[in-house]
This record gives sequence, C-alpha cells and structure tokens, in this order.
Amino acid sequence: MTEPRRPWTWTLAFTLLALAYVYPIFLVLMNSFKNKIYIARGPFSLPDAKSWVGLANYELGIFRTDFWSAFGWSLVITVGATFWIILCTSMTAYWVVRVNNKYAKALYLAFIFSLIVPFQMVMFTLSWFTDFLRLGNPVGLWIIYLGFGAGLAVFIFTGFVKGVPRELEEAALIDGCGPVRTYFSVVMPVLKPAIMTVTILEVMWLWNDYLLPYLTLDLKKYSTIPIAVQSLRGGYGAVDMGALMGVLVLAMVPVIVFYLVAQRYIIQGVVAGAVKG
Amino acid sequence: MNKSLSRWGWLFTGPTVVAFIIGFVIPFVLGVYLSFTRFNVITDASWVGLSNYTAVWNDPIFRHAFLYTAVFTIITTVVVNIVAFFLAYMLVKAIRGRNIFRSVFFMPNLIGGIILGYIWLVVLNGVLDIWGKNVVYSSNYALWSLVIVTAWQQIGYMMVIYIAGLQSIPTDVLEAARVDGASGRQTLSKVVIPLVMPSITVCTFLTLSNGFKMFDQNLALTNGGPARMSEMLALNIYNTFYGRPGFEGVGQAKAVIFLVLVAAVVMIQNRFVRSKETAND
Repeated sequence: MTEPRRPWTWTLAFTLLALAYVYPIFLVLMNSFKNKIYIARGPFSLPDAKSWVGLANYELGIFRTDFWSAFGWSLVITVGATFWIILCTSMTAYWVVRVNNKYAKALYLAFIFSLIVPFQMVMFTLSWFTDFLRLGNPVGLWIIYLGFGAGLAVFIFTGFVKGVPRELEEAALIDGCGPVRTYFSVVMPVLKPAIMTVTILEVMWLWNDYLLPYLTLDLKKYSTIPIAVQSLRGGYGAVDMGALMGVLVLAMVPVIVFYLVAQRYIIQGVVAGAVKG
Repeated sequence: MNKSLSRWGWLFTGPTVVAFIIGFVIPFVLGVYLSFTRFNVITDASWVGLSNYTAVWNDPIFRHAFLYTAVFTIITTVVVNIVAFFLAYMLVKAIRGRNIFRSVFFMPNLIGGIILGYIWLVVLNGVLDIWGKNVVYSSNYALWSLVIVTAWQQIGYMMVIYIAGLQSIPTDVLEAARVDGASGRQTLSKVVIPLVMPSITVCTFLTLSNGFKMFDQNLALTNGGPARMSEMLALNIYNTFYGRPGFEGVGQAKAVIFLVLVAAVVMIQNRFVRSKETAND
C-alpha cells in the first residue's frame, strides 16, 4: 500500500514539536556562556555583552569536577565492563542453552531472578563487599558490573542462541574443532546481532549509571561523569549554576556524538532488546 | 557433543558465575539477612527478628514515599505510553522528515538521569520563577516536574518500540479493513491496537518498572524536597541507609519490601496484559 504523502502542515507541526523537544538542551548551551547571576535572573534570555563570560563556566566546571579525569574513567569503566559482559555472558548463555542440565537450568533461573531485583536491595551490602574485596577501582567495577549486569545480557543471549541451528557447530566439531574453538570461530560470529543489541543496552546503562559507581568506587581517586555532575551540588543544595551549565554541556557532547555516529544501531538495539525483554 | 561441551563448563560459565556471586548473590543474601538485624557496620550485626519491618510499617515518610511513587508511576505509565503511541502512529505515516523527527524524540533517552535532572531544573525553575515558585514549592509541583522529565526521557524510547510494532502489521490487514469500510477510528481500535499488543506489553512493563525504580532524576531535580515530600521509594531507602545512623537495618528491611513491591507490580502487569493478549486472539 503506497501511502500518499502527507501535506507540509504535518511536517511543520512536527518541526515545532521537535524544536520544543530540543529546547532544554539549547537552553543549557546558551546559559553555559552566561555569568551565573544572569543565569539565575533570566535563564531564557540570550547572552548579551553584559552577561557573556566566554568559556569561563567551562574552565571553572572542569576545574571543580576534575572533568577530564571523570571522562577518562567513565570511558575505561564503560568500555571494559561492556567488553567483559559481552565475552563472558555470551559464552555462559551458549553453554546454558546447549548443555541444559540441572546446573544450567538453576543458573538461568538465578540470572532471571536477578533481573527483577532493584539495585537498592543490594546497594548497602555491595558497597561494603566491594570495599572488603578492594574492588573499588575501575577494574574492580568491571567485575561488579559483570556480576550485577549478567541477568539482562544472559537473558538476551539465551533467547538468541536458541534460534541458532546446531548443524553449524556439529560440522565444526566433526572437523575436529574443540568446543572452545567452535564457539569462537563458528558460534560467536553468528551471534553478532545479539552482541550489537547487548552492547548498545550496556553502554547506555553503564555510561549513565550514577549510584553503583558512587557507592563502590574509591571517590578520592576515581570519578565518573554522573558523579562529577552531582558533585557540583554542595551542602544544603547550593549549586554553582555557571559551572553546572558548562559541565552539563560537556557531559552531553559525547552522548550526542555517539548517537549521531551509531544511531541506526542504537535504535535497532533498543527494539531488539525490547522484543526479547 | 553435549558431553564434550559440558566438560568446559568451568570456562564458559566460570567467570560470569564468580562475578555474579560477588556482584549479586552474596550482597543479596547478606541483604536479606541484615534486614532482620541491627547494625552500624556489617560485622557487628545482632538479630532483632521482625522489628525492622515493624519500624518500616510505622514510618510515615516511607508510607508517603510509597503512595507518591505509586501515583508517579501510574501517571508516567499512562502519559508516556499514550504520547509515545500517538507519535509512533503519526510517524509511520508518510510525513516528510519523519526520520529526523524520530531521531530527535529518541535522543533525550541517551542522556543520563542525573544530567537530565539538572537540565530540567534550569528550565522548570526558570518558568516557575515567573510566578515566584520553583520545583520544590510543594510536593505537587515536584511530582509534575518529575513527570515532565520522565516523559521527556522515555517517550522517544517507547515510541521506537511502538514504531517497530506498527511496522510489523502486515499491510494487507489494513487494506482489508479499509476495503471492508472500517473508519479510521475502528481500524485503530479493532485492528491496530490488538496487533501491537506485544509492544504495549513491553512498554508498559518498562515504564512501570522505570517509574518504581526512579532514583537519579529524583535526586538531581528535587532531592526529595520540600521536606522529603517528593521522596520516592528508592531515594527514601538511600536516605535511610546514609542519612540516619543506626537505621541501616531498617533501610535493608525497606529494600526487601521494595523488592517485593517491584516483583508484585511486574507480575500483576504480566498477568493482566497476558490475559488481554489472549482475549484478543
């Protein structure tokens, strides 16, 4: 059914709606160049000669939050944890589906159960336990995230592995490949769409996660972007609005760049993850 | 074949299981145990039976947080799903520029909750300042502010799922409805909505569970204010753990109750929507 094109008025209406949608981001960008007094007094007015402070808010925000270090650690934690989650949980899911003995079934149930458990249930004990095990560093967080995030990843991978025909693996096994080589050379390439889905969902979660790293990381040495942003709120809720605007813009830039580059995969990942979910 | 693979279980499942035990199982089991104890540091816990649970029951702020969270969750679930479905329904039609619109509506979802909270703090306080008010003027102002932020964040995500659902409807079904003389409204309620029921299931599940677990936006936007009147369950538990020395056991009991509530909501939703899905078959 080829639909007739809708008239331009529809496009116009949606354009207005889309502009309203991005307006908050534009507002923050605009205010990031204004003196903090003018941000409080008139957040909706454009910067003028009086309120313009150039990059001063950015400099202050970067200095106060040690932004580049937070950015670096966010990157290390997100990339590392995603890598280990993909590698380990895809292997686990494959093994659970193919072996399917009592241990595998029990394991699967435990992972599914962990999916519905809210973080508040384990936050206090996890915070203590990571400290006890000296895991309060970015590499330690890879392990914590692999453990706490295993549920969703295993769930998505098992759903996918069930649809992979066994003939492929059997052919490889007959050719004399061991199970490990079979997995890496035959199965894993077939899992590529699921790997994309899990990568997208994990990156979106890990990059933005605030509470888990806040409670487990050694904050004297490490920080992440959400922690850096939140740290600007001092005691009694006072915030330096100028520094905050600068840091908010800097925090959004990598996300928007990531979105522009990987938009197609992100949306596919979300849809595939939702269907499996 | 299974035999040789099963011997490699230690390699295939070992790392995940070890991490799972560290990152989930031990904290979880310890958490359940501690909810029956009184402690300041975990190593000096003493058994107190159910007294933490009675303390939770008698905590008016927690009860308020529960009702507040429930109201918030219901509002956001309804608002997000209706608007997202509407946008999806429009944006599968041949509108010029629809791909750009989809991209724009989805984008806020990638921005983290803390950052979103502060972005909207500027916008909402700027607007409310015209009347000399702000987002923590009253618990109602805080509620609707949180609803707006949540809607802004989640509508695009749900829209994308609805678009996928709508696009999977075979065109000949819609053609048939048209040939049979069904009006636009009839087609929507009798053909389209039943066929996208799986998407509705997923989206209501996600919005319900996101609503109940809301933390970051609550912390950044209102921080529970005014006077803890906009504190939702997750933030209430956090404040019990880290704001009141001596109440860690109570905090843990709240966390157990929170888990039961989330599980109950998820299961009821599942039951309810499943029955709808089969009713429409």
